[in-house]
Amino acid sequence: MSLQIIGVNHLTAPVEVRERLAIPESRLADSVRLLVQHPGVNEGLILSTCNRVEVLAQSANDRADLRGFLHQLFTVPASEFESHLYEFSEREAIRHLFRVAASLDSMVVGEPQILGQVKEAYATARAVGAVHSQLDLLLTRAFAVAKRVRTETAVGSSAVSVASVAVDLAKKIFGSLQGKHVYLVGAGKMSELAARHLMAHGAESIFVANRTHDRAAQLAAKFSGQAILFEQLYETCDRADIVITSTGAPHAIFRTEHGELFLNRRKNRPMFFIDIAVPRDVDPEMNKLDGIFVYDIDDLQQAVSSNVADRRREAERAEEIINLEVTRFQQRLQSLDVVPTIVSLQDHLETIRQAEIDRVRGRLGELSPEQENALETLTRGIVNKIMHTPVSTLKTAATEPEATTVIDVVRRLFNLQEKKR
Amino acid sequence: MPIIWLRFALACYTVGLVHALLALTHRSNVLNRVALPAMGSGMIFQFVALTESVLVAGQITLATVHNSESLLALLIMLAFMLVYAIYHTSSPGIVVFPLVFILTFVAATGQQPFLVNSPGLLRGWLVAHITLIFTGYAALFISFAASLLYLVQERSLKSKHPNTTRLRLPPLETIDEIGFRSLLLGFPSMTLGLIAGIVVAQASFGRIDLLDPKIFLSLLMWAVYMLMVFTRWNAGWRGRRAAYLATGAFAAALIAWSANYFSAIHRFAAS
Repeated sequence: MSLQIIGVNHLTAPVEVRERLAIPESRLADSVRLLVQHPGVNEGLILSTCNRVEVLAQSANDRADLRGFLHQLFTVPASEFESHLYEFSEREAIRHLFRVAASLDSMVVGEPQILGQVKEAYATARAVGAVHSQLDLLLTRAFAVAKRVRTETAVGSSAVSVASVAVDLAKKIFGSLQGKHVYLVGAGKMSELAARHLMAHGAESIFVANRTHDRAAQLAAKFSGQAILFEQLYETCDRADIVITSTGAPHAIFRTEHGELFLNRRKNRPMFFIDIAVPRDVDPEMNKLDGIFVYDIDDLQQAVSSNVADRRREAERAEEIINLEVTRFQQRLQSLDVVPTIVSLQDHLETIRQAEIDRVRGRLGELSPEQENALETLTRGIVNKIMHTPVSTLKTAATEPEATTVIDVVRRLFNLQEKKR
Repeated sequence: MPIIWLRFALACYTVGLVHALLALTHRSNVLNRVALPAMGSGMIFQFVALTESVLVAGQITLATVHNSESLLALLIMLAFMLVYAIYHTSSPGIVVFPLVFILTFVAATGQQPFLVNSPGLLRGWLVAHITLIFTGYAALFISFAASLLYLVQERSLKSKHPNTTRLRLPPLETIDEIGFRSLLLGFPSMTLGLIAGIVVAQASFGRIDLLDPKIFLSLLMWAVYMLMVFTRWNAGWRGRRAAYLATGAFAAALIAWSANYFSAIHRFAAS
């Protein structure tokens, strides 16, 4: 069996190239059909996402000309993408696929979407019959490896964007965000994004206060929230559990005395201030109050970078898992590979035995059932004795790197004609 | 052979102790998977030990100091398991497991002298008194553990240091709820337990000596307990202030407990 991967990804090709090579979903099935019709290709799969376009192929013996296939597939001139292509085969191809599925090859390492995208590509290829035996085995294994990486390492567990870090922190304070109220002070893009994240995680309602009230009303409408006059900020702010501030005010608009007032009205229920304004809207002293948590943009950024570093460390552990799994998978493939050879060998010797019996039968004349039986036992015994050594050698070699060499030797010695698979 | 069962329980609780010590520095699910079943088995052994010691003696032996320690440990574990069932968090174990271990350790390594020798005692009232008071102690202890965890989690969130925010504690509000709910559960139990105690004392001695250290300190503890419930209920005290108060209530409970050693009317037999 020969496995190959050819493609471009976010590391080798700029977005201008990737966007021209991307295969729309509507054309994906046809492209996969084209792939399996390409000379030498037995099974195939195409993965096309915004960060990568990759072709995976399994060919009979020699490697298929996948570059040729790409020239045929893309309308883009070859000169424009040739230099960005990478190619992997055999062990490296298996490793690459495992890494992609486990999100180690992603732009944001550990992001969860890629596994879903690989699964979709697999489903499409399977639907058109382009994936059956070997690739089926490989892809199923890739999904299991991805799952193992996700459960055994923390590669995808920490938040790596400011908005998701804010959500994580809010959950550390409040547990579930169900029933929590969010207050946007200032209606910037960044605070809108953070609010969207919080709402997506279950926050109940949104209040918006902005110096320009119309802008507040517009933003509130987006979330079916409530716009509040900026002058009423201090009277209403204690209603919120999470306050996101991003005004252009030259100095702090929330100070310790405001914090004390809010806590008093809230019977000390905690409040979380996310201050993404520069200069800051919330006096850092407020963080010292029992029950008030103030995070400014630098605090959030710091958490993001620390989480990114964490993911990198976890990714190293994940690479070790992948290495082990690649070896294990190859061993499995090889052990599968010896079976057809053993079967051919048995068939071959059985054919010889039958032919020889037929040849001498005329000279032996009429045989009694006992004699017939003895002849059968004798010839079978000889065949089994001859077969014993090559079969056990094949079985032993199955899990070793030289398996293919042993298979080749056995096939040549006995002149086994059929294909291995 | 109740003592054998108790020692089995102790062996199980040792696993919990190791878990609690390691949990401070390690993050491991494997340990959690081992520690919880071990603690559960420990509870069963402890229950068997207690039941058997009551059956063997043919009377209420809960009032011996070692059996009471064992019962207290069991009740604390029950409270812990209740919290675990509702909130799916084993974090209080960091504080609870060592205490349960110590209580059981003391109980498993001593003689079992009898205290209750007054034949006229109202046995039912005595059982109610001990069980209710100890449920109150257990709830108080869980609440105390929760307020410590609250402080740790609050500090780590306030410090903003990425390494400290990685502690695997439950969310702040959940910890707060655990603490408050166990207070709410413990307070009526403690109150009823004290009433039952008064009934027993009245029946045995005919009068209540308010200046007896045990009675005085128990009432003091009850007052601190009530203050805690009140401030939490009314002013929503939590965090640092709640933790100080819980520490105070816990200290009062310890003092009330230690009064057993010098009270004239309420004492365990010397051990």
